[in-house]
Parts: sequence; structure tokens; C-alpha cells
Amino acid sequence: MSETSGVAPWVIQSFCAIIFFIGLAGVMMRRNILVILMSVEIMLNAVNLSFVTYARQMADMGGQMAVFFIIVVAAAESAVGLGLLISMFRTLKTVDTDEIRLLKE
Amino acid sequence: MSDLSPVTFTILAGLSIACALMVVLKKNPVSSAFSLVLLFAAFAGIYAMLGAHLIAALQILVYAGAIMVLFIFVIMLLNADEPSFDLGRTHPVLRGIVGALCFMLLGFFVWAQKKSVGVSVLTGPFNVGAVEANGGNSKIIAELMFSKYILPFELTSVLLLSGIVGAVAIAKRNIGKSGGAK
Repeated sequence: MSETSGVAPWVIQSFCAIIFFIGLAGVMMRRNILVILMSVEIMLNAVNLSFVTYARQMADMGGQMAVFFIIVVAAAESAVGLGLLISMFRTLKTVDTDEIRLLKE
Repeated sequence: MSDLSPVTFTILAGLSIACALMVVLKKNPVSSAFSLVLLFAAFAGIYAMLGAHLIAALQILVYAGAIMVLFIFVIMLLNADEPSFDLGRTHPVLRGIVGALCFMLLGFFVWAQKKSVGVSVLTGPFNVGAVEANGGNSKIIAELMFSKYILPFELTSVLLLSGIVGAVAIAKRNIGKSGGAK
């Protein structure tokens, strides 16, 4: 480890893992599609912080470049995802994922 | 060069975990969205203290600015702000399995991180002193973006263009359909 940071890298990585799994639990347990999309953003943020920590630990800028591209992809993803959400709301009049069962009926 | 002190990290990390839990557990999507803004701000603070100044600025601009405005607008447009507590609707056994799986994976991850503490890593050229000598974090990232990472950088513009076209196509098909029905 080249950096003598005040906080050990494994502590920050564990914190990232906690945030990531809170987001994962939100994606798997909630049925409101808005909250599911927000939980996906939480997971993306946790991974970003992990990248930045590794970039600092290894004294390499590749991690921060990866975070930059992840932020761009997240912006595009949330724009398209919310567009699809509005389209779904127009046809089904709900934001509940239990109501998406057109293939089942 | 500001360093991440344990006290600040504890405050920001506690705030982030509380906000993440509130996003998942709150009944009202609006309070979820505002907890998410606070989470993004806390993350930006951690980025800034880790020396990633450009990422911290982008976090505030793109996440807390653009993406959250999109979320709030969609909540407002859909009138979807009535409380919907759907967490209790999941089958209790399934919920237990999901929770146990998350905790198991989390424990494994922390264990693996703890185990790798002493392992020496391959270090690159950009330690704190080199970053300061070369003009700071933003300058180095900008130079890398237009030299080593030029191809992915150009590809992101294609991605954003296809995102815009896709969003317009989704919206326009719906407008045509409702106009035809009238």
C-alpha cells in the first residue's frame, strides 16, 4: 500500500459493500418501480466509491476514469429507464411491478 | 491535500448508510428521492476527501443535479407520491432468504477484504505527490481522457446519442398512439 490514508482501504471497501447490498435488497424486495430504479443508482454509487478507493490505493488513475464512464452510463440508463417507466404508467396506470403480467395472461 | 480522517469518514459513512436504508424502507417515493439526494452529497464528500475532486464535482452535477431532477419530475408527472409500502407484501420466507443471502455475501466480502490487507498491490505512477506535481487531479484526468482513454470517451458520445434517440422514440410512439385514438 503506497498511501498512508487515515482510513484503511478495507474499511472503505466494506462500507461500499454494505451500501451495495442495501441497494440489492431494495431491488429484490420492493415492488414500486421508482424505488427499484433508485436502488439501482445506490448500487452504482457503491461501485463507484469502490473504484475510487482502489484507484487511490494503487496510485492509478484508471479507476477514476472508469467512474467517469460509469456516471455517463448511469445518466443515460436513468433517462431511458424513466422514459420506459412513463410509457408503462400510460398503459397500466400503475408503478407496481406486480401489475406487469401481460405475458402471463 | 486533504486526507480522509476517520472522524469525517465515520460521520459521512453513517449518514450514507442511514440514507440508503431510508431509500429502501420509506413508504413515500418522494422521501426516498430526497434521502437519495443526501446520499449522493455524502458520497461526493467522501470522493473529495479521497482526492478525486473531478469525480466529486461530477457526482454533484450529474447525480444530485440531473438524475435526481429526472426522478422528481417523473414522480410529479405520474402523481406517484401516494405511500405504497410493498415491502410487507413479499413472502416472509423469500424475504428471509434474500436477507440471509445479502448478509452472507457481505460477510464473505468483508472477510476477503480483511484477508488481503497485507498483500502488496501493483502501484501505478499517480501517488499523492505525483498528482500534486502534475497539476492536480482534474488536469491529469483530462489529459488521460484525451490520450489513453480517447476511444471509450468517443464511444460514450455515441451511447448518449443513442440514449437521446431511444428516449425520444419511446415518447413519440406514445404520442402518436394517443393522437390516433382521438
